[in-house]
Amino acid sequence: MPTLNLVQAVNDALRVEMRRNPDVVVMGEDVGKFGGVFRATAGLYEEFGPERVIDTPLAESGIIGTAIGMAMYGLRPVPEIQFSDFIFPAFDQIVNELAKLRYRSGGQYAAPVVIRTPYGGGIKGGHYHSQSPEALFIHTAGLKVVSPSNPYDAKGLLLAAMRQDDPVLFFEPKRIYRAARGEVPEGDYTVELGRAKVVREGDDVTVIAWGAMLHEAERAVEQAAEKGISCELIDLRTLWPLDIDCITESARKTGRVVVVHEAARTCGLGAEICALIQERCFVHLEAPIKRVTGWDTPFPYTLENEYLPRAPRILMGIDEVAAFEA
Amino acid sequence: MASRAQKTSAAVKPKGHASCNGATKASRPASAGSASAGGPALSTDQLLELYRAMLRVRILDDRMITLQRQGRIGFYGACTGQEAATLGSAYALEPTDWIFPALREASAMLLRGFPLVPYLAQVFGNSADVTKGRQMPSHQAARAVNQVSWSSCIGTQLPQAVGAAMAARLKRDRTVFMAYMGDGATSASDFHVALNFAGVFKAPVVFVCQNNHWSISMRTDQQTASESIAIKAKAYGFPGVKVDGNDVEAVYAAAKTAVDRARRGEGPTLIEAETYRMGAHSTSDDPTRYRDPKEVELWKTRDPLDRLQARLLKLKVWDARRDEALRTELLGEINAAIKEAESYGPPADETMFEDLYAEVPWNILEQREEYLEYLRRAGPAARGDHA
Ligand SMILES: Cc1ncc(C[n+]2csc(CCOP(=O)(O)OP(=O)(O)O)c2C)c(N)n1
Ligand SMILES: [Mg+2]
Repeated sequence: MPTLNLVQAVNDALRVEMRRNPDVVVMGEDVGKFGGVFRATAGLYEEFGPERVIDTPLAESGIIGTAIGMAMYGLRPVPEIQFSDFIFPAFDQIVNELAKLRYRSGGQYAAPVVIRTPYGGGIKGGHYHSQSPEALFIHTAGLKVVSPSNPYDAKGLLLAAMRQDDPVLFFEPKRIYRAARGEVPEGDYTVELGRAKVVREGDDVTVIAWGAMLHEAERAVEQAAEKGISCELIDLRTLWPLDIDCITESARKTGRVVVVHEAARTCGLGAEICALIQERCFVHLEAPIKRVTGWDTPFPYTLENEYLPRAPRILMGIDEVAAFEA
Repeated sequence: MASRAQKTSAAVKPKGHASCNGATKASRPASAGSASAGGPALSTDQLLELYRAMLRVRILDDRMITLQRQGRIGFYGACTGQEAATLGSAYALEPTDWIFPALREASAMLLRGFPLVPYLAQVFGNSADVTKGRQMPSHQAARAVNQVSWSSCIGTQLPQAVGAAMAARLKRDRTVFMAYMGDGATSASDFHVALNFAGVFKAPVVFVCQNNHWSISMRTDQQTASESIAIKAKAYGFPGVKVDGNDVEAVYAAAKTAVDRARRGEGPTLIEAETYRMGAHSTSDDPTRYRDPKEVELWKTRDPLDRLQARLLKLKVWDARRDEALRTELLGEINAAIKEAESYGPPADETMFEDLYAEVPWNILEQREEYLEYLRRAGPAARGDHA
């Protein structure tokens, strides 16, 4: 099996699906001849030509708006938003149009658009090349939201996303585009949407993470193990719809939960996870659920390492939750 | 972290705006063979002043790209090749006028008297940066010289400039607003919105589009099927002019005409300055992947600095010896400023939680405490790379 990095796995998924389904088109700024600023679409223009690998003018509302129209007419557009920070000119098209199209037409129309976008910090990108806006889209009924943490899942999840009929926001953790490497099967396979993965089993504390933070959490969990704290680490993979069974099963087992995300704490996905767990697992809980997250500030340039919930901070959260006694 | 915030911010007051508009010395008009046929002209003193300013930016950009390669700064976006379009247009403004910049106009701040050290401190993102190390390099802004803060988000500044211009009218001020954009930005929705509002409300705003032929890897003909960008102004009901953006006199003439018109209350103008991005989009980019080096070679023959230098030589107000001396002087000044700017430590930790709200809410207070406690307990591990 070839070893690929995460961005190569994304590229591979696009190629596999474009070969399989002539309705799949890729579009966005610099995605064509250039192959994308992160090289995610490299080689596709050469293989599939300018009609299916479309360099668009610099306008995210245009990219998503036209993708919606294409999808209504039967294509399977996979637009790229160059950085998720720049998705907001298309917010109206996504929130008011894409997410509601099936519902408002009484099920007559749908727009299976898969929006790929690099997200997250740790690349010295400052406010506008670092944000993690997933919660805004999870809050919007009608959208699915996905974020892989490794190449295998990236390819399998993206292939699955391109084959189902709902709009998907596919958030790619750009900090680990090249750092995350792993074996990826050639050709076709899918990873089912809506299924989390227990990366590591444990009994004392459940740690929930996704994307680039999964790797920070992994480091923290290893350090916790050295201290004798056994953590169960869950990679959500699909952020919405959540794998609620996986989460509640683990929370019932450990009774202690830490949720990790890069996005700011307030109204982040962690808040929803906390609410769901306490609604369903209240009598099993041994400690308040802890959120280890980005701070409620814009993402800073110089102090980015201090902003990110890196392993030492996650470990402190694990310690606190493990030590809690009512 | 020993050097952390040992020095306080360098002075950021501009050294006075005399250099900005209208040289203090009596001005001889630089007539012989002027590149700008008609329209407001620049005196030889002004041309010399602009040459110095343009050369300073050229040397500065070169130095910063070297620093980025050496890993001393994280990122840089140069304006190399676009010095005439940037500085020639900004030169038409009064110190009280405002600039809403895009990607490549930071150096207008230097022209308008902002000191070099805090300007460079922004690139280092350290404690001497007036914007507190919050934004990526090349995102300088300073109220002291009326250059507003801008985001990386393409096009968003354009309607804001129009709004500020509407406000100035309402307050019966005579301020003019210069709003910059790249050719790529003309595709953004905000371009349409801004020009439409500006036309409807006759706002005292001058839009300057730096058409440098590229938006990262995309050519301008992939952005618009229009015969020019300037012509788009017609549909919004105000003049659009296309100028040779590498001819500083032509740029200035167009900008001054537009600024005067705006100040008289006659409304906006769109200027398309045709120029060329000589370097990479930014230090993260490799243009050899998408553009023909022959094109770059062609534009090298149209270099705005070379052209201005040739003009000064022709006017017999400049010579090789003076040129060499100026280069040495500017390089010395820049190197000294880099040395000082680099010596400052990172912004103080608490600054992460400052300037978010006028009144600090409880969650920010709590998180600031949590953060400081984390830094104490985690020690150097909390710092990651720059531990
Ligand atoms: C809304 C938005 N979309 C995408 C980007 C990514 N991006 C940064 S610069 C750029 C190209 C800008 O081209 P242009 O406006 O011509 O400016 P230039 O770089 O040529 O000065 C792109 C696509 C962005 N910063 N903002
Ligand atoms: Mg451009």
